[in-house]
Amino acid sequence: MELIVEGVSHRYGPTEVLDDISFTIGDGEIVAIIGPSGCGKSTLLRLVGGLERPGEGAVLMRGAPPDRSLNPLTYVFQDFALLPWRTVEGNVSLVLEDHAMTAAERREVIDDVLARTRLAEFKQALPRQLSGGMKQRVAIARALAVRPAVMLMDEPLSALDSQTRELLLDDLLELWLRERFSACYVTHNLAEAVRLGHRIVVLSRRPGRIRELVRIDIPLAERSTAVAELARLQQELWQLLRDEALAADRELADAG
Amino acid sequence: MPAEGPAGDDDDIRPVPFRGGGFRHVPLGYLSPLVFVGLIALWELGSRTGWISSIALPAPSAVFAAFLDLVETGMLWQHLRASLLRLVVGWTLGTILGIGVGLAIALFSVLRAGLAPVVAALFPVPKIALLPLFIVWFGIGEGSKVATILFGAFFPTVIATYSGVDNVDRGLIRMGQSFGLAWASIVRKIVLPGAMPAILAGFRISVSISIVLLVAAEMIGARFGIGAYILTAGALFAVEQLIAGVAMLSVIGLTISRLIGRAEKRFLDWRG
Repeated sequence: MELIVEGVSHRYGPTEVLDDISFTIGDGEIVAIIGPSGCGKSTLLRLVGGLERPGEGAVLMRGAPPDRSLNPLTYVFQDFALLPWRTVEGNVSLVLEDHAMTAAERREVIDDVLARTRLAEFKQALPRQLSGGMKQRVAIARALAVRPAVMLMDEPLSALDSQTRELLLDDLLELWLRERFSACYVTHNLAEAVRLGHRIVVLSRRPGRIRELVRIDIPLAERSTAVAELARLQQELWQLLRDEALAADRELADAG
Repeated sequence: MPAEGPAGDDDDIRPVPFRGGGFRHVPLGYLSPLVFVGLIALWELGSRTGWISSIALPAPSAVFAAFLDLVETGMLWQHLRASLLRLVVGWTLGTILGIGVGLAIALFSVLRAGLAPVVAALFPVPKIALLPLFIVWFGIGEGSKVATILFGAFFPTVIATYSGVDNVDRGLIRMGQSFGLAWASIVRKIVLPGAMPAILAGFRISVSISIVLLVAAEMIGARFGIGAYILTAGALFAVEQLIAGVAMLSVIGLTISRLIGRAEKRFLDWRG
């Protein structure tokens, strides 16, 4: 399944947030979206997944979602969004309970995704007992449980400390190599973008416009060894973003 | 002069003074029963020595005797049953209605705009002032008493519920929507558990209001009930009976507060 963002513009009251954004997310492709803070990255992701309606333009799906996909467009949130009163198992179960499946089938799916994210032994733990990294793994397991066509990841590693971030980044890479999921990966972290993105959409500061679409031809499997190349790419992206970030930093917060 | 450093001061070594003490609670669980026993012993002693006049305040032993008298004549059960029945029925109905209306106000903009001001206007009215009206409506019997308690429990529960729902993490609701959960599932599995801490906190308030209203309602036209018992005792200047009645109210209040504490442990254990 392909996801097409077509001429999307959006405003909150008088504030223009996004201006004429167009790009596509191909099957099995990770598109990273970077930009200075407040450029409308997260808004764009909410529009892409249908949590908000775009003021202008449209977000379209082409082709059928994969078989047995329960929720084609599935989010992974920055703050994990786990129910604190449910165990790890219960949190995964939550998103399956509204679908027609027997209790045994549900248990099977839960066990499967928890095994894939190496969480099997934490099945009965409550969110408060888990570290930030573990919480995000649970959220990823929950997303996998509904067999998404496209994962919409809103700064999934930004609430984590830098060491945990490295670990989870490796996990995500490994997961992609196994499952070839498609994703729209919003981040402000350039290192994450060049490690995970097949293509990188660079947004300008508000109102967010596409400044550049960067394609990275190094296969994801080789990213961890192509350090010099990635560092150069990251430097280039930073040159693109630097002035935008500086200007965004000096904007008054009450403007939006 | 930094170049010289601490040279020559080698003998002058002292520990950093501790300044972080106090302002912290230390659990002293054994103290409160001791205070209770001590107070009662002091009171008994004061009565025995005649320092406390028995007309103003009877000795704890006299109060206990009055209580035993209640047990022996079987009146205890009759008063207690009447009171607890009114309390349980009135509070339970008020709470169920309150949670329902509170949820409705929190979830539907039309109801919020329409009903929230009505609730705000009626909440501060002492429900006991409405008792005469309830007597006209529901008769002098159980109806008016239960209605008074029901209304007393209803309003704080409505307010606790809808402010609790308002404080549920929007991110969790958005998550539920993003996974395509049904509206009813979001309410039942995300909104209601998220509002539970506030609802249970509201229980504490509604229970104490209910007890106050119970006694007040029983003082107006009831044959049985702890309120009626206290009123009769007062009219007869039977101070030891009066105090026995007040002590029973205190025990009822404490027991209910214990039960709510249990419920909090059970339903809110996820908070840790």
